[in-house]
Amino acid sequence: MSFSRRILRLHVNGQPREVLARDADTLLDVLREEVELTGTKRGCDLGTCGCCTVQIDGEPVLSCLTLAAEVEGKQITTVEGLRDGERFAPLQEAWAEAGASQCGFCTPGFLLAADRLLRDNASPSRDEIREALAGNLCRCTGYVKIIDAVERCAAEHRTFCAERGRPSTVSEQV
Amino acid sequence: MTRYQSTVGSRFPLIDSMEKTSGQGIYIEDMKFPGMLYARLVRSTETYAQVEEVDFSAAQEVEGYVDSLAPGEPGTGNTFGVLPISEDETPLPAPNALYSGAIVAAVACESEVGAREAALRVQMRTKKLPAVLRPKDALKETDQPIHSNTIGGTNLHKAVDQEFGDVDGAFEQADVVTGGEYVFDGINHGFTEPIGCIAVPEPNGRMSLYSATQVPHYLHRALAKVLEMPMHRIRVYKPLVGGGFGGKSDPFPHEMVAALLARKTGRPVKLIFDRDEVFLNNHGRHPTEYKIRVAADREGRLLGLDAHSRIDGGAWGSFGVVTTYYNGVLSQGPYRLPSFRYSGRRVYTNKPASGAMRGHGAVNARYALETALDEMAEKLQVDPFDLRAQNALPANTTTLNHLRITSTGFLECLERVRERSGWNEKFRKMPYGRGIGLGCGFYISGSALPIHRTRTPQSTVHIKIDVDGGVTIHSLAADIGQGSDTMLAQCVAEAMGVRIDRCRVLAKDTDTAPIDLGSYSSRVTFMAGNAALRAGEAIFRKLQRACARLTGKSAEGFVKGADETYLHLDDPGVVVPYMDALREALADNGALIAKGAYIAPKLGGAFKGSGAGLSPSYSYQAFVAEVEVDPETGFTRVDKIWAAHDCGKALNRLAVEGQLEGSVHMGMGQALTEQMVYLNNGQLRNASFLDYKIPSPVDTPEIEAIVVESNDPEGPLGAKECGEGALAPIIPAIGNAIYDAVGVRLHEVPMTPERVLKALEQKRKAEEKARAHS
Ligand code: FES
Ligand code: FES
Repeated sequence: MSFSRRILRLHVNGQPREVLARDADTLLDVLREEVELTGTKRGCDLGTCGCCTVQIDGEPVLSCLTLAAEVEGKQITTVEGLRDGERFAPLQEAWAEAGASQCGFCTPGFLLAADRLLRDNASPSRDEIREALAGNLCRCTGYVKIIDAVERCAAEHRTFCAERGRPSTVSEQV
Repeated sequence: MTRYQSTVGSRFPLIDSMEKTSGQGIYIEDMKFPGMLYARLVRSTETYAQVEEVDFSAAQEVEGYVDSLAPGEPGTGNTFGVLPISEDETPLPAPNALYSGAIVAAVACESEVGAREAALRVQMRTKKLPAVLRPKDALKETDQPIHSNTIGGTNLHKAVDQEFGDVDGAFEQADVVTGGEYVFDGINHGFTEPIGCIAVPEPNGRMSLYSATQVPHYLHRALAKVLEMPMHRIRVYKPLVGGGFGGKSDPFPHEMVAALLARKTGRPVKLIFDRDEVFLNNHGRHPTEYKIRVAADREGRLLGLDAHSRIDGGAWGSFGVVTTYYNGVLSQGPYRLPSFRYSGRRVYTNKPASGAMRGHGAVNARYALETALDEMAEKLQVDPFDLRAQNALPANTTTLNHLRITSTGFLECLERVRERSGWNEKFRKMPYGRGIGLGCGFYISGSALPIHRTRTPQSTVHIKIDVDGGVTIHSLAADIGQGSDTMLAQCVAEAMGVRIDRCRVLAKDTDTAPIDLGSYSSRVTFMAGNAALRAGEAIFRKLQRACARLTGKSAEGFVKGADETYLHLDDPGVVVPYMDALREALADNGALIAKGAYIAPKLGGAFKGSGAGLSPSYSYQAFVAEVEVDPETGFTRVDKIWAAHDCGKALNRLAVEGQLEGSVHMGMGQALTEQMVYLNNGQLRNASFLDYKIPSPVDTPEIEAIVVESNDPEGPLGAKECGEGALAPIIPAIGNAIYDAVGVRLHEVPMTPERVLKALEQKRKAEEKARAHS
């Protein structure tokens, strides 16, 4: 048996990246092993925990269930792409200030899911936040401070994204 | 003059929180070494079998195959275990594979994909052995017990029998007796980061093991034993750890396997579990059968407690001896008990091992006791709050089993949670289907008796400060997300009068850190915190002397001032900035170093097992849950939880609340949805997050954490534990709320819809029968 690989052309966090991958490789594997962005976490590899959540063209997906070969040419956003150079996204800062990370292993997945919500909704209710994060598991926090974090930075984060060319998906469709 | 502004009680983010939110934090799976191999484990498909031969010939055909490890090879049969009294684990079967899913062999390949493929191709020849799966069968005599250390020719691992006071007399005298029998399924820690490690054979012959562990020190000891190398030739390094909750506190077979493979191949070996392997490794909460009787007089005074537990240890000892004790001894609070009897039995079975999990040993017993008290209050027609308050253990007392009680905020917990939850307007007053319930608790702040009988302090902290003014703190207390690094930094900053961001905590490496017994038994804040304070105070005294040399004033007169300065009490005009004092202290001397250590006081009585449950202090809880139960579906929805916890002193309120909220969430999972389910052949049926149901954001209600501070006389700045005790009380709070809602008591936990429906059905039948008779 051999494990032959071919070149894939990916767009990760606004940068073109050429990587070698097998057709069967998941986006999670390729991001972590080939692109060497290890911020995206593997909690289960089965689509059950949300730790591996990234965005494809602005929409959250589970990278452990996505084949890398399928997303060639699309825009991939990982936790490393939320910040703007030195400047962290308001969501990331709020996460720290609210105490929304304990072990932090679920954090990148939650951030990518929450970012999507906030680009569409600058003042979500706590229940709307719960809905948007329903696919992500956290075993440390009981979610209270996660919801606090999303709530407290909502408007600011939306503005931050809009100013940096990551507008809400709704307005993109219009 | 402006004094130092203490950070104690404020809300500040964990010092590593930007590492985590940036995605830059390094966990075990994120690490790589040049020339690294990938290992995969081959697991048993038999429930119990002797491994006769392992055949790697088909595996060797896989591209990039490098090597393998099989039973019988050097080191693979060496025993180890977290408790020196039951070291019954081996890296590989020697020669028996003890459960379906037990590790049998390993392969190492150049790539991860290759290793997976190779592992699938490994063949083994085994001889089936008669498996023991039910605890009651494990108590029968057998020719082939699972381990050689069992009692009386059975699979009984540990028996505890304790009696204090006149228990039989108490039950004879009693006006009211309540209690019952309860069954609890096994529970898994469910941390989001899978277990894993990387073993690196160093060119100088040393071995380094990088591992997601809660207790680097015990791992260090176990590696030395299995590898037959002196400890100083081994290094254990802990990267960021994605949660533990007790499930990363044992030294594990896979860590030994990785090290043995690294030694054999001379190359780094990475071994990361899949999620199902985390469940198969387990060491989670014991499946438990618990019987309880509680006696009281008609005034509501508790007279006695009589409890029996039978716990299913699975394949290995792990922390099980301690669990067996804790199932009884930790029921001695928060209530005054004039008599107490407990018997506990832990058995081995051919299932994944049980071990320590958040709230270790106290959780299932607590459900039984708090349910019995709820029944008691009903029979006596008193409010459940009043019954508990009436029987509260006072401060500065000793329990029957010689637990020393110092601080307690239990009454305040009761008062505050009663008020916040609106209890008086709701209890027994809501419409059918809606209910409110109370559950209380009591937990250790670290075990006073160390596992290894040595005179080494339980925690030691070193500090080093050089010309840059940064404060480097060395410790082996393991931050696994609970924030212990932040706690250490805070204690040192507080003792020295400097800003927290001067401090950098290196608590990850056995080569540099002094010994600390690690993150389990809720010991870190109390023990390592005290050690850190002492180390910080030692540095402060050096700085005081430097201030004296600079100013000609008395050293003892210098106190901590605002903005990192030292002021003299006699002369408010004398102000020495920290950096000036430091430069003077370093002159002709070199880096400032200091050490602080903590040893728990000698406690306890002179009877067998008296060490179990001894702690320098205890935490207290009173929780209320409000629920809605649908009598058609049996589904319970938790609407709101109020959780009051006495943590002594909240050093960092944000972190304390986080611990309480997380504990409550985890306990709610055990209460309603989480369970390890085994098939009749011993196979684990639900080894995934799809089938093992941890509450999601939409299943989890608002949790109001109520922080109660009793200012412990021996805790660091008054603090005691807040990370474990807060789990247990939520389960009976929910159970008692279900009773308030629909009038049934659940005797099986988790309280799934099926079980609630079954209980409702039984109640309906009983009522019909009663009507027919009347
Ligand atoms: S790793 Fe993808 S959902 Fe868990
Ligand atoms: S912070 Fe640990 S799993 Fe969420």
